[in-house]
Amino acid sequence: MAEGGGVIDIFLLAVLVWTAWAAIASSDVFRCTVAFMVFGLLMALVWAWLGAIDLAIAEAAVGAGVTGGLFLTTLKRFHQSSGNHV
Amino acid sequence: MISSEQLYLIAAAALVTIGFYAIGRSPNLMRKLLGINVLGNGIFLFLISVARPPGKSDQSPDPVPQAMVLTGIVVAVCATAFALTLVDRYRAATGRLTLTETDDYA
Amino acid sequence: MSKWLTRLFCLSLFVGLSLALLQLPNDDARLSPAVTRQLDASGVSNPVTAVLLNFRSYDTLLEIAVLLLALVGAWAIGQPRTAPATLDDAPLLIVLRLFLPPIILGAAYFLWVGASAPGGAFQGGAILAGGLILLLLGGRSPWLRRPLLHRFLLILGLTIFLMLTVLPSFSGHAFLQYPPEEAKIWILMIESAALISIAFTLTALFLGGPPRSPNS
Repeated sequence: MAEGGGVIDIFLLAVLVWTAWAAIASSDVFRCTVAFMVFGLLMALVWAWLGAIDLAIAEAAVGAGVTGGLFLTTLKRFHQSSGNHV
Repeated sequence: MISSEQLYLIAAAALVTIGFYAIGRSPNLMRKLLGINVLGNGIFLFLISVARPPGKSDQSPDPVPQAMVLTGIVVAVCATAFALTLVDRYRAATGRLTLTETDDYA
Repeated sequence: MSKWLTRLFCLSLFVGLSLALLQLPNDDARLSPAVTRQLDASGVSNPVTAVLLNFRSYDTLLEIAVLLLALVGAWAIGQPRTAPATLDDAPLLIVLRLFLPPIILGAAYFLWVGASAPGGAFQGGAILAGGLILLLLGGRSPWLRRPLLHRFLLILGLTIFLMLTVLPSFSGHAFLQYPPEEAKIWILMIESAALISIAFTLTALFLGGPPRSPNS
């Protein structure tokens, strides 16, 4: 958190936006979900870097864990009900 | 030289745009849901990056936006879980994961 | 054609949003001085917890209601699901044995320390939900076999919160006005009940549908 855009700020935000893009534009929905979990963890890092520690804990537990797990479980149910690749 | 707060604002705008792009362009319902989550996270990033302490940053950010974003994270998880049950039911009813028969928006 | 239209729209959205955000006034109007001024009267010393559970406790009440509402919606729409079969997967058992005690301890720790350091009911509840989801995935979810107890745990948070919000109005205070000397105890009670409800609600949302009773 320096005066100009610090190196860590630029790096964190670049990786964040890149992961967000991968979370929606990957070829396979499973890959998108995994990228979304990484995105959630990076958001937790960003919250910690900005000083919002409560948010960092909550985002790491819920954003990456519960939401990513929800998507993965739903994908698994789709694969089980049909043999198709989504 | 862009200040670091402006960098965060531009990143938040980028996340919101990526979210909208996913909602508009992806026929797959799961990708739309991922896009909605990315959109929500972009808005949260905007809220917290505006909430920086005004002096030099050894205090923590403004607690009121932090509380709002915490509530927002909870509501986003609930909405996503409910939306996933909707998608599951939709797929059981129609057998597909897109809203229309064809795969693109003509 | 519509593909390029969407890309043009998204590009203009990005440029427009960036310009709008960059032109926000850079004044130093913050609410943190107001929060700091009233922090001692709130019963806790973590400003975020004070805002969440005291100054804006109405929002938190509605947030817990939203959790329950999402669960009701999921149970109304989702297909009935049986509890997963018991998994004797060795890595899962190792993970459960190693991680479940620290998870429970960590949840209780976050609940207690949220008064003075980052933490709080929701963080503890989310971490406990992680542990409960691990149990669910391994097929060891005894609460699904006791539907009455399960429903009691799910509504515990909202019920306690509602009781403690309505109680002050019986003794002449306003709705949601904690007695100032006992604010810390009230916040702790609300947070404890909310932690349990949040954990079980998130786990039930993970199951994805109403738990089917085994003899139906």
